[in-house]
Amino acid sequence: MSSALLWAPLAFGLLGLFLPRRAAGPWAVLGTLATLGIAIAVVAGFDSGNSGLQHVVDEPWISGLGVDYSLGVDGLNLFLLLLTAVLWVGGVAFAALREQERPKTFYFLMLVAETATLGAFLAQDLLLFVLFFDLMLVPFYFLFGAWGYDRSGEGGLTASRATMKMIIYTLIGSLLMLVAAITTAIIAADGGEITFSIAELAQQGIGESSQRWIFWFFAAAFLVKMPAFLLHGWLPDAYRAAPLPVLLVFSGVLAKVGAYGFLRVVLPVFPDATVEFQEVVLLIALASILYGSVMAFTQTNVRLIAGYSSVAQLGFITAGIFALRADGADGAILQMVNHGLVVAPIFIIVALLLERTGSEDIREMGGLALRAPVLAAMFLIVALATLALPGSANFIGEFYILNGLFQEKIVFAFVAITGVAMSAYYALRLYQQTMHNRQPSERDQGLLSREISLRDGLVLAPLVLCILALALYPQLILERTAPTVEQTVAKVKRGDAPDAQLAER
Amino acid sequence: MNFNEPTIDYAGIAPLIALTVGLCLVLLSAVFKPFKRSAPVMTTTTLFISAGLLIERWGEPETLITGALRLDDLAIAISLIAILTAVFCVLFSIRERATEEAGSGEYHALLLGSVLGMVMLTQATNLVTFFVALEILSIPLYILCATNLRREGSLESGLKYLIVGSIGSATLLYGMAFLYGGTGSTNFTGIADGIARNGLDGDPLILIGIAMATVGLAFKVSIAPFHQWTPDVYQGAPTPITAFMAVATKAAAFAVFVRFFDVALGSQLDIWQPALAALAAISIVVGNVGAIGQDSLKRLMGWSGVAQAGYMLGGVVVVSEAGTSSLVFYLSAYAFMNLAAFAVIVARERETVFGDDIRAIRGLAAERPLLAWPLTISMLALAGLPATAGFIGKLYLIEALVEGDYTWLGVMIAIGTMISLAYYLRVVAAMWMRPEGGVAPGATPVIAGASPEADPVDSDAGRRWYLVGPAILAAAATVFFGVIPQPLVEFASHAGAALFG
Repeated sequence: MSSALLWAPLAFGLLGLFLPRRAAGPWAVLGTLATLGIAIAVVAGFDSGNSGLQHVVDEPWISGLGVDYSLGVDGLNLFLLLLTAVLWVGGVAFAALREQERPKTFYFLMLVAETATLGAFLAQDLLLFVLFFDLMLVPFYFLFGAWGYDRSGEGGLTASRATMKMIIYTLIGSLLMLVAAITTAIIAADGGEITFSIAELAQQGIGESSQRWIFWFFAAAFLVKMPAFLLHGWLPDAYRAAPLPVLLVFSGVLAKVGAYGFLRVVLPVFPDATVEFQEVVLLIALASILYGSVMAFTQTNVRLIAGYSSVAQLGFITAGIFALRADGADGAILQMVNHGLVVAPIFIIVALLLERTGSEDIREMGGLALRAPVLAAMFLIVALATLALPGSANFIGEFYILNGLFQEKIVFAFVAITGVAMSAYYALRLYQQTMHNRQPSERDQGLLSREISLRDGLVLAPLVLCILALALYPQLILERTAPTVEQTVAKVKRGDAPDAQLAER
Repeated sequence: MNFNEPTIDYAGIAPLIALTVGLCLVLLSAVFKPFKRSAPVMTTTTLFISAGLLIERWGEPETLITGALRLDDLAIAISLIAILTAVFCVLFSIRERATEEAGSGEYHALLLGSVLGMVMLTQATNLVTFFVALEILSIPLYILCATNLRREGSLESGLKYLIVGSIGSATLLYGMAFLYGGTGSTNFTGIADGIARNGLDGDPLILIGIAMATVGLAFKVSIAPFHQWTPDVYQGAPTPITAFMAVATKAAAFAVFVRFFDVALGSQLDIWQPALAALAAISIVVGNVGAIGQDSLKRLMGWSGVAQAGYMLGGVVVVSEAGTSSLVFYLSAYAFMNLAAFAVIVARERETVFGDDIRAIRGLAAERPLLAWPLTISMLALAGLPATAGFIGKLYLIEALVEGDYTWLGVMIAIGTMISLAYYLRVVAAMWMRPEGGVAPGATPVIAGASPEADPVDSDAGRRWYLVGPAILAAAATVFFGVIPQPLVEFASHAGAALFG
């Protein structure tokens, strides 16, 4: 099952290369739908009481080097897999409704990206994880660079330069992570048989002094990916360059891989360092929340508003994880899914706005609600979810995170709360400026309907429905993630007493 | 003193004999008119025969000619890489201007001569065979570099390579003399015994010997700071020869590098290990920084080769089975990656007026996807991105380095890889992405020393089977061994076990 989920997109992508150009889009949609079907089956068949791995695949891959082809599903990755599958359907379907240059290559790369992302979530072998983590970047490099927007006319960078910047930022993190992963395995093996299995590495444990520097090699990779404050330099240019359907999946899913990496790898394998550096990471997270929020309500480009709001949201998620409490981490996972589900529709709406107004600047938009009421209504739902209105799943997610943070570090929690207030401001500003706030200088006269087309609606509506469904029943996620999360966090807590742990070995 | 007639196992040296016979036949074929066009076929046949004879000996290590040569899995593995590269080189040379100018028979005979030197070098376990093989390898290459007779760059390249190569050889020979003087033996094992017997641990005689031998070998594998010839020679030589030099010479020289240091000088580990590690680190930095901003693809490959040699030297630094295996793995991967790239460079050089300038591949993804994909895969693999053999190779090397307590060198490889993205991805971007700002209008093409005869030789080169085929084959192998590396890992670990098993 895990293998089928992992390879389905790639298989469709490869077959798609042999189809005629016009069939490439629909075929890719079919591929993502099939993947979604498998993902739903995995969720449906998930045993929610079980904290361990399910649908396990474990085969030696490179036996000489101790690398296994090892996949599994548990509470940590279950819904992130589903989120990936859902958003890729959205992104690919939205792209398929429009003309694409070199469509065969475009959809092939999209599907490769899906396999790589699913692989990063599914991998239970540290090296396999690093491999997929790096691999994710390759298709996006091409998608951003070759299909992206040239912003050199607007004082920005060309697509290829913006992409290069992103690649260098993210690969700096992940290459160091490769060395760190290898070192971890070798230290843990202690002269014995080398294994990269995350579970076994967590069990064997490594010395505290090594943990210290290895922790930062991993943290750097994950924090760049999110991105966190100070490591976000690639974000504005990359977001402006990216084609919107690609940005949808990129922003919706890839940022979460970083946060997920903390839960999957860092907490279990480096518990001592996690406790030691808890406050440092929390500070970075808070800085991300504040910086992201402030930037989000000063920007006028719709993409950047969404981009910086992601920085803030990922800050929240990181804070939830590094509360090192079960409720915080539960909230973080819920919030990862929530954020993916709200940011994806925002980018679809941005694309629609761009088509309707010819601009991505909120100062040049406005007054669309009258002429596109359905679109506006859907946008309102998304905006309200973004600001975590009570009743939305985002509210519950943020509540859990803050609750965890309060119990652990009350000062940090107070600062984080200001982030909640600011998110209300930028979400409402975004909605208001684009949908209401009719401008005096109407560029196009005549009250033409600018309503969302039925076909685009079919892409957007399901995503909005997901938000609504999750608002009504967040337990769907919480009750399945809780057992694994508790186990993961409990391991770190045991790490509070490193001496005891060392004695155990 | 009695003279014992050495017992010669002719089956063991059959690959060498086959190459020698083939060499003579190819050279003679140039004289007889009916065979004039048959040199490439004869060369390929010879190469395949000797490859077959080598594979037959796989897994049965044997010492030949009273310890002058040792035919073990390491030697076979590296020889096979060299022979494979030579086959690709023959394909690249079809319709190459250099082949016609220098005469097909002579050109191919020289190529076979160089391969003969390489196959011998990988087996060398004696200072004399070591040096003789190195010269058999090098001298034909000096000539081959200059075969593009009407191009100044080519002649310059040949001359430069001759001078620098001779200095390298001379230094190496001088170092050998010191080692022989100290230990009284030319055999690798004899040197190791001599050091122990004569109490020469850390003796200046040995130190000087090691230092000079290191410098000499560093010249051959283009390790910084002994690399300055590399970009110039790579750029000036006919491109098929550049491809051959970049891969095969490096492989063969690394084979003897690791054998010489591990077998003969294993006891002096403490002395040369830190020195080689430092050289590796310097090479990684210098190579990667030097490659940034290069517009000539051949120069870029030259600088990248310097950096890659630095990575591979890591496999020599940690004297271990894992280190040697990782070296062999990386060399195999390196062969595929480079050959894919060079196939495309050769094709574009003939097809466009830009020579090997990066402009020659601009927009390639739309124009010739069958060439763009191999070059893309090659660049991504050289940059060590996953799902390519390059990634597994780096993984293998870093794992060996960390195990051998050289974690910092592993980190250096990671840092070097980061820097390398700047130029590898520039090549990829040129193929796939819209040009930045376009070409400056009216500017005369400043193609830093690239082929001055800037007219397309063959406007259909991008569709020729002998260029597209190898490109796709090498790229496919790069991806295949990135996804299913187990066969190549086993191949490499057999070779690595030959020295330590």
